Amino acid sequence: MATKPIVKEAVTIKFAGDSGDGMQLTGGLFTSNTALTGSDLATYPDFPAEIRAPAGTLAGVSGFQIHFGSHKIFTPGDQFDVLVAMNAAALKTNVDRLDKTGTVIVNADGFDKKNLRLAKYEDTNPLEDGSLDGYDVIQMPITKLTRDTLADSSLGMKEKDRCKNMFVLGFLYWKYSRSMDETVDWLRGKFAHKPEILNANIKVLKSGYNFANTSETFATQYEVKAAPLQSGTYRGIMGNEALVMGLITGAQKAGIPLFYGSYPITPASDILHGLATYKHFGVKTFQAEDEIAAVCAAIGASYGGNLGITGTSGPGLALKGEAIGLAMILELPLVICNVQRGGPSTGLPTKTEQADLLQAMYGRNGESPIPIVSAKSPADCFEAAFEACRIAIQHMTPVVLLSDGYIANGSEPWLFPSADDIPPIKVSFSREKSNGTPFMPYSRDENLIREWAIPGTPGLAHRIGGLEKEANTGNVSYDPANHEYMVKTRAAKVDKIAELIPPLELESGDPDGDLLMLGWGSTFGTIQSVARKLSTDGYKVAHAHLRYLHPFQQNLGAILAGYKRVLIPEINNGQLSKLIRDRYLIDVVQYNKIQGMPISKSELEYAAKELLAQIND
Amino acid sequence: MAVQADIKGEGNGFKAKDFATNQDVRWCPGCGDYSILKQVQSVFAELGLDKDQVAVISGIGCSSRFPYYMETYGMHSIHGRAPAFASGLKMANPELSVWVITGDGDGFSIGGNHMLHVLRRNFDLNILVFNNQIYGLTKGQYSPTSEVQKKTKSTPMGSLDYPVNPSAFALGASATFVARSMDRDPKHLKATLHRSNAHKGTSFLEIYQNCNIYNDGAFFAFTEKSSKSENCLFLEQGQPLVFGMEQDKGVTIDGLRPTIVDLNNGYSKGDLWIHDEEDIFKASMLARFFDDPAVEGHLPRPFGVLYQSDRPAYEVSMFDQLDNARSQKGKGDLNEMIAGSRTWQIK
Repeated sequence: MATKPIVKEAVTIKFAGDSGDGMQLTGGLFTSNTALTGSDLATYPDFPAEIRAPAGTLAGVSGFQIHFGSHKIFTPGDQFDVLVAMNAAALKTNVDRLDKTGTVIVNADGFDKKNLRLAKYEDTNPLEDGSLDGYDVIQMPITKLTRDTLADSSLGMKEKDRCKNMFVLGFLYWKYSRSMDETVDWLRGKFAHKPEILNANIKVLKSGYNFANTSETFATQYEVKAAPLQSGTYRGIMGNEALVMGLITGAQKAGIPLFYGSYPITPASDILHGLATYKHFGVKTFQAEDEIAAVCAAIGASYGGNLGITGTSGPGLALKGEAIGLAMILELPLVICNVQRGGPSTGLPTKTEQADLLQAMYGRNGESPIPIVSAKSPADCFEAAFEACRIAIQHMTPVVLLSDGYIANGSEPWLFPSADDIPPIKVSFSREKSNGTPFMPYSRDENLIREWAIPGTPGLAHRIGGLEKEANTGNVSYDPANHEYMVKTRAAKVDKIAELIPPLELESGDPDGDLLMLGWGSTFGTIQSVARKLSTDGYKVAHAHLRYLHPFQQNLGAILAGYKRVLIPEINNGQLSKLIRDRYLIDVVQYNKIQGMPISKSELEYAAKELLAQIND
Repeated sequence: MAVQADIKGEGNGFKAKDFATNQDVRWCPGCGDYSILKQVQSVFAELGLDKDQVAVISGIGCSSRFPYYMETYGMHSIHGRAPAFASGLKMANPELSVWVITGDGDGFSIGGNHMLHVLRRNFDLNILVFNNQIYGLTKGQYSPTSEVQKKTKSTPMGSLDYPVNPSAFALGASATFVARSMDRDPKHLKATLHRSNAHKGTSFLEIYQNCNIYNDGAFFAFTEKSSKSENCLFLEQGQPLVFGMEQDKGVTIDGLRPTIVDLNNGYSKGDLWIHDEEDIFKASMLARFFDDPAVEGHLPRPFGVLYQSDRPAYEVSMFDQLDNARSQKGKGDLNEMIAGSRTWQIK
């Protein structure tokens, strides 16, 4: 047995292999095993766009990244400390993000002539040509070792080979001083009815563990201790999963049925899949014939007194624009979940981007302001979704909820709330009228909100529609002054929300200083990591992150005024920057990355330091 | 035709005028829509519908102004999408009597996709297609039901589009109720509206409607006294297919071809095709009785219920699934949902 494990503060591992190599499962199992150690963590999967790209090709590489540590973890990590490469293509597509002193664990069996050719290594083998010099290279014939382990098994060769991811997992469990018990338990549940496959997986898992333990070459063991996380009960959560639960909680807390109309689109389809498993909550899911029918059915359901919700990604939001404008002028509740992806047009369907902010803000004809709420991390999708439901119901308006591919598929530990601590959402449907006074569907309360009068209510029969309506009565009106009044009233109704939501609070830093980093959405983790690091290094840096993109919180202007410069990092070409300049006339500094991937900590830190150097010049 | 009252609202005592709103009706004087509005209002009264339990949902176009004139719940939505709004409303509240008002452009051009899907899903709602074979609200362009070579503002040399056959479209989409009527035969229209209402599932009723401004007389061959009986085949369940001024022409099936025969010349009613609205094969042939009435030897155009069958309504199946989910998993518990199946403690 080796000596005491070397303690590391944080480690990033990237599991990469062919689509058929089971890398998502391996990463997922390593993640739940990590969570049990008490370390904080964040993960991000990296799927190929094609469902079944040819085996061994660069396009077929599937990856799963986990960053875990004994301190607070905000992102899935920039550079990897460890790269698991199950074949040549996996190495080629990932090696440039391996830390200079990193470890690469390779399945040597995935580097035969065919694999090298498919990975476009021309007449060279990276395992032999010196290109990996400087890295700690652990080469193992994983396919062969797996087959040897299962020599006595009656499984076919294909099924045996499918167990090779367990070898890697066992190997890493030993390397990171882990117990295999939880994974074995999980396998027992998963393959309860397939004993032969169960035994093979356990055998190979142990084989990988023992191989690491007994081979002198790999004698170094590591350990990452628990992070000082708030005490309580945790679970792992992915963004889309949290979003689903936030929507259901919103509807349940309002005491009305949830109706979800949607058309499959990456990366939002998992919201439809998720909601469809909660029919026992009275959740109605409707896979419509297209994006337009999906939103229209949701509006129809809202008209009938359900919480109508639709979900999509950028191209789908474009198709829904006209119907969202109708919901706006009808003044009915509607939540539009937009899990953003790379655009324009079909763009980069499996990659992330934050480029639909201006579409959410302005992507409709006429004056059509609607509230926009955004989620900043996988677990935060829960609260953001709940808040979108609350605003839609209580303010009788469509609300756009912005998430993106990065947080939709990313995961993190979640100190989840008790449902009993979540406040109810008050719904007041208009009551029956019998005293003969005419019903005024577009009369408003002090917050300019109209009543929700649903068909079937005695005495309230009335018509609504997309033509401009007269104030109070809702009758069709072409009167010029009335139109201007209604346009301004609908805008004021949305602006009023700012008076009723909590003020913006800094994520870190002091209320005045040299630099404010202002962000929204999935850049939260990167900005927060960088802001903390710069503060620790003595810079006067603060971080604010916007939940509400329309209307802005009332104190945002005052916060912006507290700093010499404002830096806005975004995964787009500067969309929040435009909105902030327009509203506050501040010369903000943009930091934009538009590569279908998150901003890395190192590049943002570099940009922030350059700006700080100018400020302090 | 059988007249069935809707059990929900029977005895509310609303009269036709109670279904009229206080808004000025703004269709052009002489428009066929007036007649349809009047018949719908009086049928609603005859059915004893409760105006608070009715929702009229329309898209965009002349016909789609309809909800503003109906003293019920109503939504004038966006172009072509009325079936989707109505579907959502029906899933929210299956008890409502929901009526979709659409036109040939709204229903078959911009909204063709939704028409297809609402019909196959079979929500329990009623679709009235006001077919005038023209775009009226945009001032006179050809529509998807206009005839080939139609000269309009947008087709000065004649339209190249081959027209949609609405009945065949509906049957192709697996509609469970397909019927046709006309604005100028109030009695027939009322009877057919009663049948639409009685059908459980999506009822599809195409109504020939005259646009006296941009397409005047498009259906005169079917609607005017002089030519009506020669060109129209009024369908009655269980009755032979007879037409003609003297009711002396019949339709028989010669092999697989419908053939017109002369009842004064060797044929009797016993030789004729007996209408069976539950026979999808016969209905499919009837839907193809779509000849131009100006062509010599043309088949007569069928009016009435071409097809009717029973299939579970979508929203009924949906609520069954919700009930099944509840009986299998119990009523959902938020705390259980949020915690999921794998949790761990941090001390």
